[in-house]
Amino acid sequence: MAYDKFTTLTSAAVPLPIENVDTDQIIPARFLKATERVGFGDNLFRDWRYHQDGTPKEDFVLNQSTYSGKILVGGKNFGSGSSREHAAWAVYDHGFRCVISSFFADIFRNNCLNIGVLPVQVSPAFLEEIFKSIEKDPATTLEVNLRNQTVSLLATGTTESFAINPYKKENMQNGYDDIDYLLNLKDSIQDFAQNTPL
Amino acid sequence: MSKTLFDKVWDAHVVHQVKDGPDVLFIDRHMIHEVTSPVAFLGLKNRNIKVLYPKRTFATADHNTPTLNQHLPVEDPLSANQLKALEENAKEHGISFWGLGHKKNGIVHVVGPEYGITLPGATMVCGDSHTSTHGAFGAIAFGIGTSEVEMVLASQCVMQPKPKKMRITVSGELQFGVTPKDVALFIISQLTTSGATGYFVEYAGPVFEQMSMEGRMTVCNLSIEMGARGGMIAPDQKTFEYIQDREFTPKGADWDKAMAYWNTLHTDADASFDKELTFDGANIEPMITYGTNPGMGTGITHHIPTADTIEGGEATYQKSLDYMGYKEGDALLGKKIDYVFLGSCTNGRIEDFRAFTELVKGRKRADHVTAWLVPGSHKVLDAIKNEGLFDTLTDAGFELREPGCSACLAMNDDKIPAGKYAVSTSNRNFEGRQGPGSRTLLASPTVAAAAAVTGRVTDPRELINA
Ligand code: SF4
Repeated sequence: MAYDKFTTLTSAAVPLPIENVDTDQIIPARFLKATERVGFGDNLFRDWRYHQDGTPKEDFVLNQSTYSGKILVGGKNFGSGSSREHAAWAVYDHGFRCVISSFFADIFRNNCLNIGVLPVQVSPAFLEEIFKSIEKDPATTLEVNLRNQTVSLLATGTTESFAINPYKKENMQNGYDDIDYLLNLKDSIQDFAQNTPL
Repeated sequence: MSKTLFDKVWDAHVVHQVKDGPDVLFIDRHMIHEVTSPVAFLGLKNRNIKVLYPKRTFATADHNTPTLNQHLPVEDPLSANQLKALEENAKEHGISFWGLGHKKNGIVHVVGPEYGITLPGATMVCGDSHTSTHGAFGAIAFGIGTSEVEMVLASQCVMQPKPKKMRITVSGELQFGVTPKDVALFIISQLTTSGATGYFVEYAGPVFEQMSMEGRMTVCNLSIEMGARGGMIAPDQKTFEYIQDREFTPKGADWDKAMAYWNTLHTDADASFDKELTFDGANIEPMITYGTNPGMGTGITHHIPTADTIEGGEATYQKSLDYMGYKEGDALLGKKIDYVFLGSCTNGRIEDFRAFTELVKGRKRADHVTAWLVPGSHKVLDAIKNEGLFDTLTDAGFELREPGCSACLAMNDDKIPAGKYAVSTSNRNFEGRQGPGSRTLLASPTVAAAAAVTGRVTDPRELINA
C-alpha cells in the first residue's frame, strides 16, 4: 500500500521509557481478528492503556493530555516478538509517524519501513537525554529530518544522525513500496523460477 | 570462496541485488494462515493482480481456531469471518487450503515439516515469527509482516538485506533429564531477548547433531526469542530420512537432483561468522522462566536473580517481576501453578506428547491444576491415539483438545485467567500473551508434566528417578 511521503517531521513526542516493549503489548492478539486494515489505533497498547472493563488507566502516557505528538519514544529493544504488522499499523493509526529507540527488533523495524513509519535508532545516551528533556518539558520538540538523516532536540540543538538503507530512504521520501519495485522485476523473477532446484 | 551454510542457501536465492539496498530473495515455499494474510490479499485485489505462483503457497487455519468442537460452526463471528476469508482467498487463487476439520490441518509450523513442504536448502517464509522452526532442516526460514506476505503472493520474492551470521556451538553431552527446549531457553537466557538481533544463527556441534529432528525444530523455533531472524542446522542423514517420501518432497529424478544440492549444504571449514559463541552442554539443566520475556529464564533449581546481576534497566526488571507477583531471590521450586499448557509449534509434536506422557504415567493430575493438552496437528493427534498415549493420559486425569495454536497466543477461547500461573511449553511469556493478566512460566514438556502432577514448579529429575 502506498503511504504518505516522509520528509521532515517536527513534533512533540510521547515517552515510553520501558525496555523490551513487545508486539503483544503494542497490540494484543485478541485484536488481530480484522480482515481489513482499519481501527487498530484504538487498541494500541490496549492492556497498558485500559482496565479490563474498558476504562482508561490514568497513569498510562497515552491517556495523559500533557503528552502528544507524532513521535513515539521507546526504551531499548522496541517491538520484539511477533511478526504481526498490526503492531506497526496500530502505531501508524494512532497518529505516530516515527518511533525513536536505542534498539529495534528486526521484524518490527521492517514492518514500520514497509508502511511509512520511520524507525530512528539513536545512541543510548541520546535516548536518555530525550527522555529527560521530555520529563522536564512535555512540550519538548524534536525534529526528524530524513533527507539529512538527523534527529534534533530543538531547545538545546543537540543533534544525532541515524542510519537508514538508501533504498528504504528513497522509498520513504517518495511514498513507494517494495511491491512496485518487485512487479517491475517480474521477468527476471520468472526466469529465476525456471531454474530453481526446489 | 568458503561459505557458511547460510551463505550457500541465501546466495542461491538472490534474484537481484538492489544497489545500496536489500537483496531480492526468491522464496521457494510460503505458508499462510488466517490472521496475517487477509490484508495482503486485499492488497492484491486493489492492485488488480493475481498470485504469481499459487503452488508455492500453502494455507492452513490455526491461530484463531477453537480447540473444542471443531466440527461445529465457529462461534465468534470475527474469527469465523477471518477463517472464511482465508478459505475464499485460497480458493480464488488456487492455493492449497487445509481448513478447520481437514485431516491435514494443524499449526503452520507443525504441518509444514509433516507434509514435506519444508525442505533443506529452501527459502521459506510465513507471516508468523516462529517460521524459524523450519531452519531445523537446513532451510532459510523466517517470519514476515503482512506487506511482505503480499510481496510473496505477488512476486514470490521478499526484499531484505542479508543479515549477519552467528554460529552457536553446543559441545559435550546433555545431562539426564535435559531436553532441546532447555538448551534453547538456556541459550536465550545467556543472550537476552535482543542478543541475536540482526543475525541469522547456525546451530552446530555434537548436541545438535545428536538431537532428533523434532528437537531441532524446537531449538530453531525459539531463535526469534533472542532476536535472531532465524536459526538453521545443517541437514544430515537424519534430515533426509525424515523428509523422504512425504507428500510435497521431490520424488524420483527430482529427489536425486535435490540430493546433489543438499549434499553441499554445510559450512565450509574455513568459512567465517560475524559472531561465534560456544556453550558446554553439560552445564545446562532443566530450565524455567520467571519473568515477562523468554530471556528471563534460569535453571529450575536456581533462585530468581537480583536486579543488580541483570543486564538492562532495573525499573523494567521490577515491573516484570511485579507483573509475575514474584520477588528477587525467590526460589522457583515449589511455586504454585494453576494451569499447564502442552502445545504450540514449539512443543506440540509427537515427541513432546511422548515426553509428557512418560512422566505423568501412573500419576495423577494435581486437583487444582487445569491442563490444556493441544496437539500441533491432526497427524500428531492421530499418533497420540495410535501409540496408546491417549489412554495413559486419560488414566492420569488429562484430556486432549483438537489441534491449533490455542493458548500460545490466546486468540481463541483458550485464555489463562488474569493472575493465574501457567507452566507452558509455548514460546512467549509476555504480559498477557496467554490472556489478559495471565502469568506464564515457559518450560519443556517434561517440566510441564512435573508441574501438572504436583501442582508446583518441580524438578522433573526427581520424578524420573523416583
Ligand atoms: S503456536 Fe504460537 S508461535 Fe506457533 S504459529 Fe501458532 S501462534 Fe505462532
